[in-house]
Amino acid sequence: MSDASARKDTPAQAEFRAYCRDWLAANKPGEPPVRLPQTPLEIMTTEQLDYLQAWQKAAYDAGLVGCDYPEAVGGGGRKDCQRVANEEMLAARTPFFPNVIGLGMAAPTVFYHAQEAVKAELLPRLFSGEDIWCQGFSEPGAGSDLASVQTFAEKRGDRWVINGHKVWTSLAHFAEWMIILLRTDKSHKYDGLSYFVVPIRAALGNGVTVRPLIKITGETGFNEVIFDNLEVDDRYRLDELGKGWQVAMTTLLHERGAGELQTPRSGGMKNRSSHNITTSAVIELARQTRRGAGAAADDPLLRDKLMRQLIREEGLKQNQRRSRVQALLDHPMRLPLQNKLLASEIAQSIASLAVEVEGMASSLYMGDSNAPAGGQWPLSYMNSYGMTIAAGTSEVQRNILGERVLGLPKSK
Amino acid sequence: MTQPNNYGFGEEAALLKDSARKFFREHFPTDRLHALVAADPTPGRAPTCQWDEALWAQLVELGWTVLAVPEEAGGVGMPVAAVAGLVEEVGRAAFPCPLLGTLNATYVLVACGEAGAVGLADIAAGKAATLALTDRHGAWDPAATEVEYRDGGLYGTAWFVQDAGKCERLLVCASTGAGYGLFWVDAHAAGVTAEADGIVDLTRDQAHIVFDGASGIEVSGNAVSALHQAMPAIWTLVAADMVGAGEWQLQTTVEYVSTRKQFDRPLGFFQAIKHPLVEVMVQIDEAKSLVYNAACACDSEPEKAAQYAHMAKASASDMAAYASSRSVQSHGGIGFTWECYVHLYFKRQKHSQMLWGDGVWHRARLADIVIGTAA
Ligand SMILES: Cc1cc2nc3c(=O)[nH]c(=O)nc-3n(C[C@H](O)[C@H](O)[C@H](O)COP(=O)(O)OP(=O)(O)OC[C@H]3O[C@@H](n4cnc5c(N)ncnc54)[C@H](O)[C@@H]3O)c2cc1C
Repeated sequence: MSDASARKDTPAQAEFRAYCRDWLAANKPGEPPVRLPQTPLEIMTTEQLDYLQAWQKAAYDAGLVGCDYPEAVGGGGRKDCQRVANEEMLAARTPFFPNVIGLGMAAPTVFYHAQEAVKAELLPRLFSGEDIWCQGFSEPGAGSDLASVQTFAEKRGDRWVINGHKVWTSLAHFAEWMIILLRTDKSHKYDGLSYFVVPIRAALGNGVTVRPLIKITGETGFNEVIFDNLEVDDRYRLDELGKGWQVAMTTLLHERGAGELQTPRSGGMKNRSSHNITTSAVIELARQTRRGAGAAADDPLLRDKLMRQLIREEGLKQNQRRSRVQALLDHPMRLPLQNKLLASEIAQSIASLAVEVEGMASSLYMGDSNAPAGGQWPLSYMNSYGMTIAAGTSEVQRNILGERVLGLPKSK
Repeated sequence: MTQPNNYGFGEEAALLKDSARKFFREHFPTDRLHALVAADPTPGRAPTCQWDEALWAQLVELGWTVLAVPEEAGGVGMPVAAVAGLVEEVGRAAFPCPLLGTLNATYVLVACGEAGAVGLADIAAGKAATLALTDRHGAWDPAATEVEYRDGGLYGTAWFVQDAGKCERLLVCASTGAGYGLFWVDAHAAGVTAEADGIVDLTRDQAHIVFDGASGIEVSGNAVSALHQAMPAIWTLVAADMVGAGEWQLQTTVEYVSTRKQFDRPLGFFQAIKHPLVEVMVQIDEAKSLVYNAACACDSEPEKAAQYAHMAKASASDMAAYASSRSVQSHGGIGFTWECYVHLYFKRQKHSQMLWGDGVWHRARLADIVIGTAA
């Protein structure tokens, strides 16, 4: 993969790629001392976090994180180089970065909407992973209808006082900072929203309470966060008062992989618990799984299902390739806005198929010594619903595609 | 070999696709198509071959039929990716013509090597052609052919010959005693009788062709290998046609559900209409991306061409079925009439869906490549 892309590099990219490759060859971290979760959103222990934070810091210090951001905010000041670093990191099979919400959502939002001084204050420690970030959007009463959030910020002098309740807040248990969508005016739904960054860790027990919520899988990773008269400085407001919805769109666009700035991405490391959710992994599983006298991979119905998956997977890959071929595109957002929907649904159906291939053995879960692949496939299958629900459910994605791309009337 | 990132779909390809789109928009809007092919709804009417020969002559004049013919054989030698772009626009217009057949014959003739030159010369001179390979069960594996070459003549029947009524040349597969050969045959020669089929699709014609001692030029003594080489491009192009037709179905259905109101709302407000149309778009995009990937493989990664073309045709076949279903259903009663244009594409898509293998067949072949043949 990185070789195919290398052929299209500019001279600057080619030089940077060679640098990344050399650095990774010498500095890729060794095996983790602890079992790692499947994704950063299920980091549960400080041992896991320490290992992953050390990796992100090393990668940042080496210039592989935030490459396309200006130097003044702690970036690398390069042009279109994050993609190169990502490709090299994936090819080198590095561990993932722990500060995913920071890198993927907070960084572009802060970059496009915060005061210069705040960017310089926050972004370097965000890129290095020293500060973990979380996203406080959802509330008990505001999920898909995000603009109905009620957590309120009231102005007192040049400070704001925050009261309310956020839920499903991934990584809040480790986070220093939160990007947060708040209501500053109860009489207007959209124009009554404002966007802030708030230091939550510093205020634990003093205006902020973080309580873990347990997932369908038995793992933790997300939380509820309660604000009780938390005070924040006005300089941590992003953009103007009442423009919170527009700022949130920057966050959501990047969250769904359709934003301007490439998110620093690392991953691919094989270890006891992370496994690749790919059709080829399921094909391998089907080869090794007995069905009657033969292998599951000989069953014609299963073969058909496997090939359906392979085709969808290749289709998504080719969509991404085609999205850079101007002459083969119609509406500019047509392919980018499909990314999140397809990636999450394809992963779900791949995991579902793996569970089907395992048959009765898929009843055995993590911790059971007879569980094939350590019980990872049932875990992946359950976790896949996190992907089709979080970051805008699949149904909401279809609304967006129908309305923004096909121009159909709004459902709300 | 590896593929270029842009599928090898360069400036010339973009220009060609664009000009084809404009050409059909100007000269062949859907009301022209309907007036041309749907004049007689009577079931059981005599099979006819309705097409705009004058317009076709213009396309031949523009050089569209020789795009795939190599330069040394008097053609343009355009990559399959560029040709797929053109075929996508033909599908969008559902233009009745022998372009697909001629392109298919071209790829097989190229795969025949030097002996194919005689056929390529005819195509370069503007003659339309089509493949006559298939048996009465729809199989095109040479071993299935019902045509036999003996004593200097062809005997037997080739079935499901596409756009036969519009073609002057046939590329026929026949058993030879020594194996299976491919023969270049004048469609109007003595001993060749085309019996038109009564078919559902109004935008194409089809025939079974009876050979009774017809003479032909042997362009290959190894049909198996020539077809093996050429089929990926053939699968890719019919998939490209379906992608274009799917875009027409999506666009016209979106227009309809945006204007038609029930319960005081445009139909497209309702998610039972909206979400399936998004799904149609998603499936079209998947098929389209896979088509250009397969086309590019034919051009620059031939060892992967069959694998990628199976993906493209399987994806396009399923998409075509779904897009057709949603286009008729979302139109309600009007969509069930002969008067509404939707049925023209519904029928063309149904036809294409089965043509050169449906989704199940292509996935089975793909599995043989990717997983290995089942024990
Ligand atoms: C693993 C995980 C991690 C998360 N992490 C975070 C985080 O870090 N920060 C954060 O702020 N939030 C987070 N979330 C919350 C997530 O964004 C919400 O769960 C999501 O937006 C859906 O909201 P809801 O749960 O209230 O469901 P609801 O909005 O109540 O939806 C319930 C069902 O109704 C459907 N539905 C709702 N509205 C419509 C409509 N208009 N049309 C059709 N169908 C509709 C939905 O698709 C869904 O199927 C996380 C969620 C998960 C699962």
